[in-house]
Amino acid sequence: MATPPPLRRVAALVLLLLVAAASAPTARADLVVTRADRKVDLTSHIVRVLTSLKVENSGPEAVSQFLLAFPNVQAKNLAAIRAFGTEGKVKGPSMVLPIEVVQPSGVPPELTFFSASLSEPLEKGKTLHLDVLTVFTHSVQPFPEEITQAESQLVVYQDSAQYLSPYPVKVQTLSIRLPGGRVESYTKYPNTKLAESELKYGPYEDLPPFSYSPMVVHYENNNPFAIAKEVIREIEISHWGNVQITEHYNIAHGGAKLKGEFSRIDYQSRPYIRGVSSFRHLIARLPPRAHSIYYRDEIGNISTSHLWSDSKKTQLEVEPRFPLFGGWQTTFTIGYGLPLQDFVFNSDGKRFLNITFGSPVEEILIEKLIVKVVLPEGSKDIDISVPFPTKQEQEVKYSHLDISGRPVVVLEKPDVIPEHSLYFQVYYRFNNISLLREPMMLITGFFLLFMACIVYMRTDMSISKNSPSYLAKVQWDEVQSIIQQIQAIFDQCLAAHDKLETSLHELSRSGDVKSCKAARKAADAQFKELAKELKPLLTSLQSSSQSYQIWPKVEELVAKERELQDKLMTRHSTVVDSFEKKLRGQDVENRIAAQQQKVAALRQEVESLLEYISEI
Amino acid sequence: MAAATALDSLPAPLRSLRLKTKQQELLLRVSALALIYVLAFVVRLFSVLRYESMIHEFDPYFNYRTTLFLSDHGFSEFWNWFDFESWYPLGRVVGGTLFPGLMVTAALLHRLLRALSLAVHIREVCVLTAPFFAANTTLVAYAFGREIWDSGAGLVAAALIAVCPGYISRSVAGSYDNEGVAIFALLLTFYLFVRAVNTGSLAWSLASAFGYFYMVSAWGGYVFIINLLPLYVLVLLVTGRYSQRLYVAYNSTYVLGMLLAMQIRFVGFQHVQSGEHMAAMGVFFLLQVFFFLDWVKYLLNDAKLFKSFLRITLTCVITVGTLALGIGTASGYISPWTGRFYSLLDPTYAKDHIPIIASVSEHQPTAWSSFMFDFHILLFLFPAGLYFCFKRLSDATIFIVMYGLTSMYFAGVMVRLILVAAPAVCLISAIAASATIKNLTTLIRTKSKSPQTVSGKSSGSKAAAKGAVDQSLPFQQNVAIALLLGAFYLLSRYAVHCTWVTSEAYSSPSIVLAARGHNGGRVIFDDYREAYYWLRQNTPSDAKIMSWWDYGYQITAMGNRTVIVDNNTWNNTHIATVGRAMSSYEDEAYEIMQSLDVNYVLVVFGGVTGYSSDDINKFLWMVRIGGGVFPVIKEPDYLVNGEYRVDKGAAPKMLNCLMYKLCYYRFGELTTEYGKPPGYDRVRGVEIGNKDIKLEYLEEAFTTSNWIVRIYKVKPPKNRS
Repeated sequence: MATPPPLRRVAALVLLLLVAAASAPTARADLVVTRADRKVDLTSHIVRVLTSLKVENSGPEAVSQFLLAFPNVQAKNLAAIRAFGTEGKVKGPSMVLPIEVVQPSGVPPELTFFSASLSEPLEKGKTLHLDVLTVFTHSVQPFPEEITQAESQLVVYQDSAQYLSPYPVKVQTLSIRLPGGRVESYTKYPNTKLAESELKYGPYEDLPPFSYSPMVVHYENNNPFAIAKEVIREIEISHWGNVQITEHYNIAHGGAKLKGEFSRIDYQSRPYIRGVSSFRHLIARLPPRAHSIYYRDEIGNISTSHLWSDSKKTQLEVEPRFPLFGGWQTTFTIGYGLPLQDFVFNSDGKRFLNITFGSPVEEILIEKLIVKVVLPEGSKDIDISVPFPTKQEQEVKYSHLDISGRPVVVLEKPDVIPEHSLYFQVYYRFNNISLLREPMMLITGFFLLFMACIVYMRTDMSISKNSPSYLAKVQWDEVQSIIQQIQAIFDQCLAAHDKLETSLHELSRSGDVKSCKAARKAADAQFKELAKELKPLLTSLQSSSQSYQIWPKVEELVAKERELQDKLMTRHSTVVDSFEKKLRGQDVENRIAAQQQKVAALRQEVESLLEYISEI
Repeated sequence: MAAATALDSLPAPLRSLRLKTKQQELLLRVSALALIYVLAFVVRLFSVLRYESMIHEFDPYFNYRTTLFLSDHGFSEFWNWFDFESWYPLGRVVGGTLFPGLMVTAALLHRLLRALSLAVHIREVCVLTAPFFAANTTLVAYAFGREIWDSGAGLVAAALIAVCPGYISRSVAGSYDNEGVAIFALLLTFYLFVRAVNTGSLAWSLASAFGYFYMVSAWGGYVFIINLLPLYVLVLLVTGRYSQRLYVAYNSTYVLGMLLAMQIRFVGFQHVQSGEHMAAMGVFFLLQVFFFLDWVKYLLNDAKLFKSFLRITLTCVITVGTLALGIGTASGYISPWTGRFYSLLDPTYAKDHIPIIASVSEHQPTAWSSFMFDFHILLFLFPAGLYFCFKRLSDATIFIVMYGLTSMYFAGVMVRLILVAAPAVCLISAIAASATIKNLTTLIRTKSKSPQTVSGKSSGSKAAAKGAVDQSLPFQQNVAIALLLGAFYLLSRYAVHCTWVTSEAYSSPSIVLAARGHNGGRVIFDDYREAYYWLRQNTPSDAKIMSWWDYGYQITAMGNRTVIVDNNTWNNTHIATVGRAMSSYEDEAYEIMQSLDVNYVLVVFGGVTGYSSDDINKFLWMVRIGGGVFPVIKEPDYLVNGEYRVDKGAAPKMLNCLMYKLCYYRFGELTTEYGKPPGYDRVRGVEIGNKDIKLEYLEEAFTTSNWIVRIYKVKPPKNRS
């Protein structure tokens, strides 16, 4: 097996380092690392190195800074570095030490230095426990770079077997945790031991500053190499009670590329052998009480996802549409809502959002993370506080019913790892009254719409007041009103008819001829009055040019009604007469039977005519 | 609908409140219409609820893609768009080969919503365009019904068409196709034209012409309008119903409509150059001659003289007309009827002459069951409505009768044209339903009143006093009530049926397949999108995909990759080339694929899941279409005794052609069903005949989780030694 090319560069570096060590200024020799234990975790594609250091000040002066050195090749992959210091021998509460990049004079340019500022200067003879966590990305390289579906993925990791430090190190060890499985090869030095899935170097004693001996381990790692090329995380605050989060992922498998064919049957029948290097799902740990979760991409919803939730967390397992083999990529979007009160708080007149920065997806490396915080429309005095350096910008987003747009805070950071899921804050001022603006706008809009409808219905919009069609319309309106009046009159007539009928009914029951006659007289008078009322209406209707259709019907109606009246009257008088003559009921029936039928038929005709007219 | 009819039958005491009842009636009518409007929209959302807000089927994906382009790049770029992603290496002049009505509508709606500061995605607009227009169609149906019968019939028509399955099938949310807006445009044009004929108003004719313009811009079915209108005019002329109103309406609609239609690039000068549009022009000239003769007759005022004049004029006109038509056809100025037009008139034409039309399932003749499925009780109400129409014959009812009868014929010829018949069937049925219910309620009402009129008698002599009307038809009232209940029962069954059909049959996007699992749960097969998304993400952006044309639009829209052929079947030879490649041996196919620069081949295979509309079942059409152009491909080579089979007894050419190999590659190792041998094809129900398939020039690139879509990579040519 060929040696990976980067090794040669490392070898060159070592040469340089030796030179550098010889010429290193002696001023830094005041500090001595009495013990250095490094634990390298290689189980995933993100390399975490925890270095426990015991530092002693052997010089005369108090020292307030501790230098950490990394070769440039490693430093450029450094995603996070954190140092915790504990003074004294007892493991007390540790403190986070601020770290910055420094460029001390007289050091070789192949090294990058970080300086941890101690909380208080280290006095002479005192010791300090220092835990340094460093996280590297892109440090595990697949080798070979292309594999078939059935092969498992082999990767290479390079580091120094000895702790690279500007200070002399008395005792040191290095232990590397491997994910298990096959180990192809590793650099053997004295005191090297491979047990189970742990590779141990050391202990080595009394090494001068800048000692470096390259080591390489070539091992099997089939854990998902999930690398997000870009993640856009949009956090939208709505003061109606929701924080909506939308995350767009562009994920690729960063491991060895698949070569040759992808066979579904192999993958399907033995997924852990044929397709061992691929991954089919990712797990996102969402905050508790996350709701309305969705998972989709540009072409629609993706139905393969699972959700578990309890009071502590919401766990979402998203499965891309297809398993990701080396070199394959996919994009998707996750969205969810969070309760507002869990993430937005008040502090002296200002509100602030307090939420984690990184992505909720586990063990993912994000090469470029863009966090956008969309504040409600009308937010002012925006302040951002992020625990690490980011590129900050502001823009404006237009969403539903926005006029001036919502202010958006854009934070951009390269190489984001799970360690960056720290809380950050966005402070802003927002007046609660602005909340009501959008509903009010809607209400006003609809109100105006209805008003416009009413106005349109009630106003005369015609342009010319003497165009034939306009005149015709006016006349038609007149005709209609006349017809309505006529209808009212006929309705009264019919009511009078009914009264007459009831009077007859009364008569047959009580035999009160007098009241019956009175009813008839009243009806007579009413008929006359109605006829008088009807006359002018009829003449005006006849004269109108628009009534040509309806006029014959009205005429017919009038005639029929008059006939009906007559018939009713005669029948009424016949009944009353025969009642006075004390005729038998049977005879009365016989006498009026014919009339009765006629009346009924007429009545029906009148009614149908009325109906016909009313329909026009 | 019942509310309106019930209103007319208000009891007598309410008569005095006439004005108020009028207003109430208006209120009821408007609210009923509003409810119908909402119902029409809501019933079409089943697909969104059951699946998701997505574009359905095949053609809508093209429409969606073009709409996206339109809203991104603006109209003039859209108009001049040359699409490199389809019909490789020919490309397609998209702007000149589509009906832009739908895309422009959706883009305008989107812009309008944006202007109202509603931040909606264009996809949502596209998904909801069809339901929105279906809801608008109900309004048009109401107006149309009122125009031809009365407002009651209008309301019933609106209600019927709101849920009519024949219409819903093409207008559910997500079916973003031309038909979605075209049926609205069609009905609107017809309504405005009838209105113009009824009023003789220039304004309505103008409106009708614009309606026609919209229809032309939206759908190729406008040919139906341009042939139905002259036919209608001709019938009116023959039946002696010619009037000035008709003259004004037809001439202005035709001339203006024609001029407007020429603005659509895809239609161009067809109105004066194509045989399909000649009927309209002929009737246009006929109307002029008719008018002229009318005028001469009036001037001459002499029957004998006029007769001789008539003879001379008619001979002249007919000679000139035939001559013009003959010369036009002979010189090629007037194009002959297209195959599609022939296949409409003659159901057997496509089968014999144009396999590419016959291969589409929605172009098959309609089965009785699907008539029943799509129309339900309307199928019985339709003849009843025709009876009512003939009973009260007017210009408007003649129109609807003609529309109904012709569209019913076309619906019988092609399944998809049930859609065109649906509005006519709904309107005519609405007339039947409304008129029947109205008659029945009138009967019941008069009966309920009669005791009142008779009550003037002394109680002892009641029996004798019963009216003569009453005695003539015993139990009339009871029968009327029973009939009314029956009608309501039928109508409610219709509503139930429509809802069921919509939710069960017509709401599937056909991209996502759903099936019932063993435990009753729903199993989703999302293989199409899985494959398309894989293409989109994991192939080079200039990769060319070869597949059968059915999947072309989807691949370009969802996979964003170049295809060789797609659903716009404009170049038969190109499709035949793909068909030939699919039905050749691998090495021959490889040469064809090399010449077409194909990088990937995509096949659809249902053998694992039992998905029956896969490429093996479509394969004979590929053979036929390929063989139609390249006689090397012979259909009998793929059949055994005229039988199409894939098992051991299959034809050797079948067992070794590219399509067979790609579908069944390594399928022989898979056990699909318990108790069956490996390689058991669940669609065909047989064990496949060739289990040992080796691919030489292709390699499996991706197969979806249920094997429905299989993608193969074409290997680069070997180094020449």
